[in-house]
Amino acid sequence: MHGDFDFSVLVDSLPFLWTGLQFTLKLTAVAMLGGIALGTLLALARLSPIAPLARAASWYVNIMRSIPLVMVILWFFLVIPLITGKPMGAENSALVTFTLFEAAFYCEIMRAGIQSVSRGQVAAGYAMGFTYGQNMRLVILPQAFRNMLPVLLTQTIVLFQDTSLVYAIGAKDLLKAAEVAGKNYNRPVEMVIFAALIYFVMCYSLSFVVKRLQQRFAFKR
Amino acid sequence: MNYHWNWGIFLEQVKGGDETYLNWLLTGFGWTVAVSLSAWVMALALGILLGVLRTVPSRALVAAATAWVELFRNIPLLVQMFLWFFVMPELLPADWGLWVKQEMPAKEFFTATICLGLFTSSRVAEQVRAGIQALPGGQLMAGLAMGLTLPQTYRHVLLPTALRMVVPPLTSEFMNVFKNSSVAFAIGVMELTFQAKQMQEDSEQGIETFLAVTLLYFICAFSANRVMAVIERRTRIPGTAADVAAQS
Amino acid sequence: MNQVPNSAMIEMRNVSKWYGQFQVLTDCSTRVSKGEVIVVCGPSGSGKSTLIKCVNGLEVFQQGEVIVDGTSVGDPKTDLPRLRAHVGMVFQHFELFPHMTITDNLTIGQIKVLRRSKEEAQEKAARLLDRVGLKQQAHKHPGQLSGGQQQRVAIARALCMDPICMLFDEPTSALDPEMINEVLDVMVELAKEGMTMMCVSHEMGFARKVAHRVIFMDQGRIIEDATRDEFFGTPRSERAQLFLSKILSH
Repeated sequence: MHGDFDFSVLVDSLPFLWTGLQFTLKLTAVAMLGGIALGTLLALARLSPIAPLARAASWYVNIMRSIPLVMVILWFFLVIPLITGKPMGAENSALVTFTLFEAAFYCEIMRAGIQSVSRGQVAAGYAMGFTYGQNMRLVILPQAFRNMLPVLLTQTIVLFQDTSLVYAIGAKDLLKAAEVAGKNYNRPVEMVIFAALIYFVMCYSLSFVVKRLQQRFAFKR
Repeated sequence: MNYHWNWGIFLEQVKGGDETYLNWLLTGFGWTVAVSLSAWVMALALGILLGVLRTVPSRALVAAATAWVELFRNIPLLVQMFLWFFVMPELLPADWGLWVKQEMPAKEFFTATICLGLFTSSRVAEQVRAGIQALPGGQLMAGLAMGLTLPQTYRHVLLPTALRMVVPPLTSEFMNVFKNSSVAFAIGVMELTFQAKQMQEDSEQGIETFLAVTLLYFICAFSANRVMAVIERRTRIPGTAADVAAQS
Repeated sequence: MNQVPNSAMIEMRNVSKWYGQFQVLTDCSTRVSKGEVIVVCGPSGSGKSTLIKCVNGLEVFQQGEVIVDGTSVGDPKTDLPRLRAHVGMVFQHFELFPHMTITDNLTIGQIKVLRRSKEEAQEKAARLLDRVGLKQQAHKHPGQLSGGQQQRVAIARALCMDPICMLFDEPTSALDPEMINEVLDVMVELAKEGMTMMCVSHEMGFARKVAHRVIFMDQGRIIEDATRDEFFGTPRSERAQLFLSKILSH
């Protein structure tokens, strides 16, 4: 081993890394909340009896799921300014892209969740005189959401890791901040290791929570 | 929307070079396929081994295999690429590190392949482990009761059935390998995404470029899917639920 | 049925086993002589399946001793695969290997464990398959057979290994009622030929017909270990009486 590591620079660069991590967390949160909301609507569309609507939703989901995320990021970064007519910052572009991209993945989870609710429950809701909307909102979706909570969280861990790909358009997230700090202090290797460590600790802790949650769920049934 | 379309761009010469943009994209396609397939072979071999180790009666082996899976699963792929590309040479003995940095042939390709292969191996391992654990417990006992050793029981009894069971989830992992190979652009592998960015900047015909590249990725995903479907059909066991469903 | 009283095929001495804090076997002792047929019965959860799996070391036990044909099962130096190769076992859920044909199910152990040639193994498999009346099914996969047929194949698979004794773990309890007899017929025939057998089973008709002794277990203990006539005549323990009255009333 010939690299003379110097981790003392980490302390000085912490505030800078924190701004990067803040964007990573913001991107994760926005894409998660927006993605779940939009994904639920997409799931309803995919399960709807209106054939064109179901087909359109299924096309959207399948296309998103078969293109590499990096390409999707590049696509949106290129196309959004062409449509709106004005340039959009890398960060805002990332927020839009991830919300729309993740919606496709959350859609499939919510669809499985809705289908996991027993037919008896659906029938019982209608028997009480609920409309389709009421039945979804009051009976089916709460159960679907509950059943799928561990899977939704697992997808969020994947999302959290995937946010690092905004590197492709130069948005300033944790990884980018680490890269910049590495250049400024001339310590790129330490910075990459440190960024990896942060990602690992956060993902590992979150997946530990998910595992606990799954065990509790399995127990209750 | 104000965009100047030019579908003939693919046959035009690149700026300051004597090849066409089509050449760029085809080269990129070649690297994408090369990285993906080599990584997939590596991921399958390692993943099956690790998946097995996660189910054996030795606590130490289970813990080691679990640590492996957790390590490669909880760090973003792009960060792993950087770790292999920038950090790894620093950890090697000095002259090896220098060789890797300066003389190693096709070092981007090998780095990306190893990184993607190890990353994917942890995901394959999880599927294989789940497959083995989903088998009825009596199968292991039946193998042992017959006098087979534990390795023989895995080889002849457990793995043949477990691997057939995990073909569907492995299909999506195989498709993911092609998608994930796009991350290799970040360390300078001249695969499809790298070429897409380069052609977009060089030609300023972004939409045509991205459409062509997206189409090529579709072809990869579709082919991967078909290959696995053929494997699933060929290995189907007569008399099982899947076979009965396919017959009717 | 030649009974040589003092040559024990299986000998269990004070076997105890725990799952964590929970004791599943307490101080179980019995012996099975060469050529003897023993039926082990008792309510579910009484530990009978666990006991029989201790015989070939599929379940480990923490105290006591199990000796099969002179070899101590619990001894870490014992070559378990070698021992198991000659102790046939039939499972509740058959446990045929679903990805192999019936013939391959019957030959794999002969080839991989006993190192027989493929031809020899196939010849033996064909002979035993014929014996259980399933010669026609040799090329099929287990999923294409009925439960009763699968269990007969499983018995043939165990016999292919030339076992010195056979263990049956509730061989008929996963079968539809109309298939039970075809399996019991094979077992009765085997017993009459003088095979040493230890059977966990609730088939009292079978026990009456061929068993030399009946063991009754409850809560991990051997409550009663009696000859067939003693057991069916006057079971000594109240629990065994209660169990018998429940099981024989229908």
